[in-house]
Amino acid sequence: MPDPYEAPLPKPTPETRPYWDALRKHELHLQRCGACNEAYFYPRNFCPNCLSSDVAWFQASGRGRLHTFTIVHVTGPNPVLPVPYVLAMIELEEGPCLMSNLVGVEPDPSSLWCEMLVQIEYADVTEECTLARFRPVEGA
Amino acid sequence: MRASDLSREPELVLGKLQEGRGSVAIVGAAESDRVGKQPDKSALMLHAEGARNALADAGLSVSDVDAVMSTGRQTANEVPEYLGIRPRYLDNTQMGGCSFIAQLQHAMVVINAGVAEVVLITHGESGRSRVGMGARTVPSDSLGGQFEAPFGVGGPATRYTLAATRHMHEYGTTKDQLAEVAVATRKWATLNPRAAMRDPITIDDVKSSRMIAWPFNLLDCCLVTDGGGALVVTSAERARDMRQKPVYVLGTGEATHHNLISQMPRFHVWDAAVQAGQSAWEMSGATPADIDLAMLYDAFTIVPILALEALGFCESGEGGAFVEGQRTAPGGALPMNTNGGGLSYTHSGIMGCISSSRR
Repeated sequence: MPDPYEAPLPKPTPETRPYWDALRKHELHLQRCGACNEAYFYPRNFCPNCLSSDVAWFQASGRGRLHTFTIVHVTGPNPVLPVPYVLAMIELEEGPCLMSNLVGVEPDPSSLWCEMLVQIEYADVTEECTLARFRPVEGA
Repeated sequence: MRASDLSREPELVLGKLQEGRGSVAIVGAAESDRVGKQPDKSALMLHAEGARNALADAGLSVSDVDAVMSTGRQTANEVPEYLGIRPRYLDNTQMGGCSFIAQLQHAMVVINAGVAEVVLITHGESGRSRVGMGARTVPSDSLGGQFEAPFGVGGPATRYTLAATRHMHEYGTTKDQLAEVAVATRKWATLNPRAAMRDPITIDDVKSSRMIAWPFNLLDCCLVTDGGGALVVTSAERARDMRQKPVYVLGTGEATHHNLISQMPRFHVWDAAVQAGQSAWEMSGATPADIDLAMLYDAFTIVPILALEALGFCESGEGGAFVEGQRTAPGGALPMNTNGGGLSYTHSGIMGCISSSRR
């Protein structure tokens, strides 16, 4: 972890603020539609499946599967993250997919596979920002 | 549109557009004077060079142009001002590298609607030298800035890899099969004197080149170059009297299913290309068996494989096997990206369809 933290930081908007505030408390909150029962990501104040405004936040388990990934060795000119790093799509057990990093594992294709079980790890990268990262479930 | 219209069958929704087959033609096509590394030219100048060369190719002047379609780091309205054109129709559709080929369909629509008679589509990008391009930044309060950038989404290699890894998982696609695309495309580039990379390569060369982002090595990735180009499109009727033999547009299609890569509905299937392809096949009345030459976007070796499946040249999951044995190389059953493609000819960042028309 570089000190100070130099990778891009998110700046919440009113629609996404509850998500980021929950992460700071080390909780993963998603939204679910009361009309069609779909959980979805990223946050917005209506359901992208049926456009209903009847949506509510709920606390997700933080468990999921590695849907797909890349191991990044070369990045562009702007500071991103120390290489190599694993850029991952996580399929949460509640349904939605989100982008994250996989940590706690060798950044090597022989150590990684699609559908491996993962769980959330809260990374307090600054005083204001916590990111949802994931690590393999031990013994899985 | 009435609500009842939304439930109609897709082929009926296509309806009017389907009648566009052969209704317009490309009558001028050109690239910038040079492509490759051009630190002495701004992106906007590369648009202008393409435009001037394409208009000369068509035997037309700026006063003949009714509509300008463009996009990129510049917005479309910078282009007519730079060129001294006063169009009555402007299109700034920005959907990445396929913007310009999508604008070919938009040109068909506005010409057939009688809004414009001569449409100029321009592209220009200083992808390598970054002259007149501005800063590469993603706003931190955008959706990408919040939900992708913090995890290290950088260049395009960090996006297309996500599709490649899942394709390999679902279908057993191999690194050797990805490399087949790079090797075949390089063979075509050896025949193109303007191509940046003309030395033949092997599958082992691809796999032993520098790792960029698993599963892509350097030679799985397109070039980053400077270049521009333009098309002049007009009605089939007017095209008959033009200087060049018209290239009639028989079928077009466009679709968008996601903007952020993290919102791609299925990583191993290019669903938007399936939809756009269905439109183009229906309009043209053609099938993959009719095609003698395919120009399929090749930002990375996985992309033409996804496109071959999406467009029905092979079944889903068989794209890797399809490109084996140099099937898309000179002498192969399906010549593909015969200018050397983005992998070996040129790739300025968002690429046009100029070369395809020229051929």
